[in-house]
Amino acid sequence: MSNEDTVSRRGLFMKLGILFNGVVAAALAVPIVRFVLSSVTRGRGNAYLSWVPLGSVSDFPEGETRLATFRNPYVTPTDGKTVDTACWVRRIEGEQFQVFAVNCAHLGCPVRWFQQSGLFMCPCHGGVYYQDGSRASGPPERGLFEYPHKVQNGLVTIQAGELPTPGASAAMIGKKPPCA
Amino acid sequence: MRLIAQIGEWFDRRLELAAPIREVAEHRVPRNTASWFYVFGSAALTIFILQLVTGILLALIYVPSGAEAWSSLQALNHDVTLGWFVRALHGWGSNFMVAVVLIHMVQVFLFGAYKFPRELTWIVGVFLLLMTLGMAFSGQVLRFDQDAYWGLGIGASIASRVPIMGPAIVKMMLGGPIIAGATLSRFFALHVFVIPGTLILLIGVHLLMVLKLGINDWPMPGRLVKRATYEAEYHQMTKEDGAPFVPYAIWKDLFFAAFILLAVAACALYFGPFGPTGFPDPTIIQTVPKPDYFFLWLYALLSLLPPSMETPALLIGPVVAIVALLLLPFISGEGEKSWRRRPIAVLTVLLIAITLGTFTHLAEFAPWSPHMNAWSSAPVPERFLRGTTALERQGALVFQGKQCRNCHSLGETGGQRGPALDSVAVRLTRDQLIRQVIQGGGNMPAYGKNLSPAETTALVAFLVTLHPPGQAPARDASRDAVLREMQQPSAPAQP
Repeated sequence: MSNEDTVSRRGLFMKLGILFNGVVAAALAVPIVRFVLSSVTRGRGNAYLSWVPLGSVSDFPEGETRLATFRNPYVTPTDGKTVDTACWVRRIEGEQFQVFAVNCAHLGCPVRWFQQSGLFMCPCHGGVYYQDGSRASGPPERGLFEYPHKVQNGLVTIQAGELPTPGASAAMIGKKPPCA
Repeated sequence: MRLIAQIGEWFDRRLELAAPIREVAEHRVPRNTASWFYVFGSAALTIFILQLVTGILLALIYVPSGAEAWSSLQALNHDVTLGWFVRALHGWGSNFMVAVVLIHMVQVFLFGAYKFPRELTWIVGVFLLLMTLGMAFSGQVLRFDQDAYWGLGIGASIASRVPIMGPAIVKMMLGGPIIAGATLSRFFALHVFVIPGTLILLIGVHLLMVLKLGINDWPMPGRLVKRATYEAEYHQMTKEDGAPFVPYAIWKDLFFAAFILLAVAACALYFGPFGPTGFPDPTIIQTVPKPDYFFLWLYALLSLLPPSMETPALLIGPVVAIVALLLLPFISGEGEKSWRRRPIAVLTVLLIAITLGTFTHLAEFAPWSPHMNAWSSAPVPERFLRGTTALERQGALVFQGKQCRNCHSLGETGGQRGPALDSVAVRLTRDQLIRQVIQGGGNMPAYGKNLSPAETTALVAFLVTLHPPGQAPARDASRDAVLREMQQPSAPAQP
């Protein structure tokens, strides 16, 4: 127990001072970490997603694929035009629809629809998809991301709100497009 | 004159800095290090200071808001006096900084400067390189245009592939569920506070170690580094054959620093600022996003890797590369320094340089991308239609109408994604052509659903005419034999 004898009054106060700082730092760390992680925690349980109307059913001719735009449901004051999002709406027939994200399933570049050849093509790395969104060729490992959709009161509505990426958007990734 | 000396003394009495500064300036360096090869580190520091100054100047006008960033860049380019020039200096400064840092790294590697006792200097240098690349990427984001927007999308797509953590990392990176105002704000904080602050700190440590350990002596073939004796040898060298850094060696640094600043300014003046390209509106999808030149190699690699290898390569590749760089001084911390006796080191540098160069070159013209405007701009050249039948000409119309030239060239116009079709009939028989068109394969989509039988017949009839004048189209010999056999039994029946 000789160690105890060597603890001086000032030494003890210094250690207590360090301990006090540690306690305060830990207390402050809680709100700071919560602030830093807020963009992740806020979206728990698909909280970022909501149903957005794209337009009335009659805006989309049967058998055709048209570009539609919608405003992202989650908006902050400095977003500008970035919350305006595009998507491809394919009306198969009647109230049968498919709504694809413009983001390529490879690395997210905007794919374009080519009516004549019936293909979606990506300008970045050459990903190609068939009209039903399934993968045709190129680097993508899967078909286009599809928004969950429903037709309500004559309006085509999709569930949107998150950037579709290969790893994210569980709601979308679970729904793989049917084979070509 | 006396007054200046007196003022100087007044300050030094309080600061006591004159003596340490003189000591640093006049520290002895081996005479053989006063070389034009040893100027790249100070050049990188010079450009960094230029970036700090021009960056602060840009921040006087720039607005880090998703709604206003693009317009504030337009104001810098067109309204603010010489705003375009400051933007150009900062943009070209960043290109030069990446280049000079890489050259510095190659020089240090080839001269064995990472060996004992300068391992930590090298390791800090690796982090300085990563910070420099981080500045380059985040700076590209602050130029909030279409390239920046879709570039962030690519970054998010890569990050999302991290197992389990992917979606959380994406939201962390974007500051929300989508690329928007919060994304720009956090990249602004990274580019202006976090990374530069870290850079300043690491540069301080890097330079301190150069002073404490001495600059790497010129590598002489056969003079081996040994942990036990190196420091004593180096000390003796600086004592016997050394010279004060100022002015013996520094004049070359000064000349090169001025030269590199002049080069940045000349590029800025001649080529002007970078972008911004189109307004960052995600509903404008008629865009072909491309990264700045230092990430072009990656852009090419992402298109050429087989799909199954991509995610592992993206997630494991960088980790392996960084760990290899960090371990280098511990794996070969002793021994030969001179590049004349280190053929594997030289070959490694050449291999990496040629690989990166080739990928960058490929990315310049992106042969894997379909030509998005081939349909409207490229009719089938007349010479392919001379002397053709009506059916073949109908096929040429199908060929044009179905946008085959998005991916295939004919008469040297069209995409390079698929093979050129000028002489396709020599390679594929009629049956093989039909199969390829209908079923696709080998990276070609299947067109069976998009072509009526009549269109397919016409298209293949046209494709079969595509062979050089002196060369017959390919034919299936066994099919001929079968047809002949089928005809022969029926021959006697004929009268």
